[in-house]
Amino acid sequence: MRTAERSQVAEPGDDAGADAHRRRRARPRDDRRAAWLFLIPALAGFVIFYGYPTVRGIWYSLTDYNLLSAPAFVGGDNYARLVRDPQFWHSLAVTVYYVVVNIGSQLLLGLLLAALMHRLTRSVALRAMLLLPWLVPNVTVGLIWIWLLDADLGFVNHLLKALDLGTVGFFVSPEWAMPTIGMVNTWAYTGYTALLLYAGMLQIPPHLYESAALDGAGELRMFRSVTLPMLRPVLALVLVVSLIGSFQIFDTVAVAARGGGASSAIRVIYYFIYQHAFQYFHMGYASAAALLLALVLGVLTVVQMRLLRASRSDLA
Amino acid sequence: MRRIANIGRLPAWAVLAVALVLTLFPFYWMVRTALTPAADLYTDSGALFPRHPTTVNFLRILGLTSQEEARAAGGSGARIDFARYLLNSVVYTGLIATAQTFFCAMAGYAFARLRFPGRELVFGVVIAALLVPPVFTLLPNFVLVKNLGLVGTFAGMVAPTLLMTPFAVFFLRQFFLSIPRDVEEAARLDGNGPWGVFWRIVLPMSRGPLITIGLTTTVWAWKDYLWPLLVGREEQTRVLTVALGVFLQQSPNTRPDWTGLMAGSTLSVLPVLLLLIFLGRRLVQSLNFSGIK
Repeated sequence: MRTAERSQVAEPGDDAGADAHRRRRARPRDDRRAAWLFLIPALAGFVIFYGYPTVRGIWYSLTDYNLLSAPAFVGGDNYARLVRDPQFWHSLAVTVYYVVVNIGSQLLLGLLLAALMHRLTRSVALRAMLLLPWLVPNVTVGLIWIWLLDADLGFVNHLLKALDLGTVGFFVSPEWAMPTIGMVNTWAYTGYTALLLYAGMLQIPPHLYESAALDGAGELRMFRSVTLPMLRPVLALVLVVSLIGSFQIFDTVAVAARGGGASSAIRVIYYFIYQHAFQYFHMGYASAAALLLALVLGVLTVVQMRLLRASRSDLA
Repeated sequence: MRRIANIGRLPAWAVLAVALVLTLFPFYWMVRTALTPAADLYTDSGALFPRHPTTVNFLRILGLTSQEEARAAGGSGARIDFARYLLNSVVYTGLIATAQTFFCAMAGYAFARLRFPGRELVFGVVIAALLVPPVFTLLPNFVLVKNLGLVGTFAGMVAPTLLMTPFAVFFLRQFFLSIPRDVEEAARLDGNGPWGVFWRIVLPMSRGPLITIGLTTTVWAWKDYLWPLLVGREEQTRVLTVALGVFLQQSPNTRPDWTGLMAGSTLSVLPVLLLLIFLGRRLVQSLNFSGIK
């Protein structure tokens, strides 16, 4: 974000300096050849793996395609079928449920941690430790927690037993499975969220806290009247970024499903797409579902880009 | 800056301490389990320390013990070779992080500083790709890589992200825009072409942002699961994340090989832990810096 600010200053520099201007006019520079040479690798990657597949994906969503024979055009059939598919709606509902649980806890805890760090310590070591779960592959995170929450031998159930609370089959019971996955990913991402919010808090001018303190405001009052309002643009941005990430939950579900296919309680939309594409080989159908999810994520991304610009001016 | 008043500080520190324990304890439990003999799992499910600490689980998942020894230590007898998967992960991550950073820097520089017709249009199209989420390009990319016969090869695994991601191009271009023009003009007058300016001036001046993109790409590639699962499931290209999933599936559903799985998990955490220890400050700053990847 900081670089973005600077770029705004730099852009007008394009024609700044009469000297440079004269020099340029005297010997007009043609970067055309060099520019395309610089761009060849990235543009090749872009055309082959971003542009072309986007067009292809839209086309697949209008076809019946099993990966073996050529795609057969079926028009809007896949979409009509999707709308009538209760499993699709169910997976969408499961995803939204997960997103709400996950984002709610992640943002609240992240905000609490960020506020405490902001007022207590600048320790990089502490921040690095809080970041560790985010650095670890989701598959590993899933494994560690499946083990910790194992119904027979898991440490958490051992504690519950010791407290006479009875054991819970966290990942296997239908009503517990999705909240459990939500909690596990809250564990994995809260530190990261907290650090993003903390970075936003560092940009709040300290004198606001000093004058609030002079007015006799306590810590809670300062949090409510200084931190929260000043943080709103960053908070909104982090919210949208987390939303985009949460909608794409897959790895933890795949590990929890242990290759046997996810039970309907945890079959999120990403898993629905994965199953239809790579287990049932309904590429066209999966592409249609992917396109609908892409539309949701695309809207969120537009909001995110707006917020990036908004947060820039608010904290400048 | 004014800090929280003394009395309020204690509970505040206590909350932070609890958060830290909750964050780190699962890692401790992972290592503790990896160091426990399989036979002790059933008797010591709550013991905080392994009663008979052993390194046999690491040795057997690294393929350093005989099959009989591995089976005696609780393995299923299936062949596993985490040393290879670890190497695969390092190669996969290293290739993508270095190549992507470099090629995106080249593109970012062209978009930021070189003059050519159509610059804004091409840049706009590349940036528009930020709107297309990975889930949408995943299926066609798989079909493409499959049709090219690249399933099961490193080439197929790294292809989609080796050359660029729209975000990296966007991010690096933003930074290059902020480099003062005078420096470049001077270098040009000294007889440098665009490549000379890029290589001798721009790259050395951009170490911070380059490391930021390199690190975030490293973390992303290290954690990656779905694409390597689809394209590189075979033994010779299997990365750690995929290997852990396969390992979990191989062990019987009723009684997974937990000590082996936790030893494998530890291997997947170790490199990022080292990254954090040696580059912690840099990594933490990267977050403040990029904020959105």
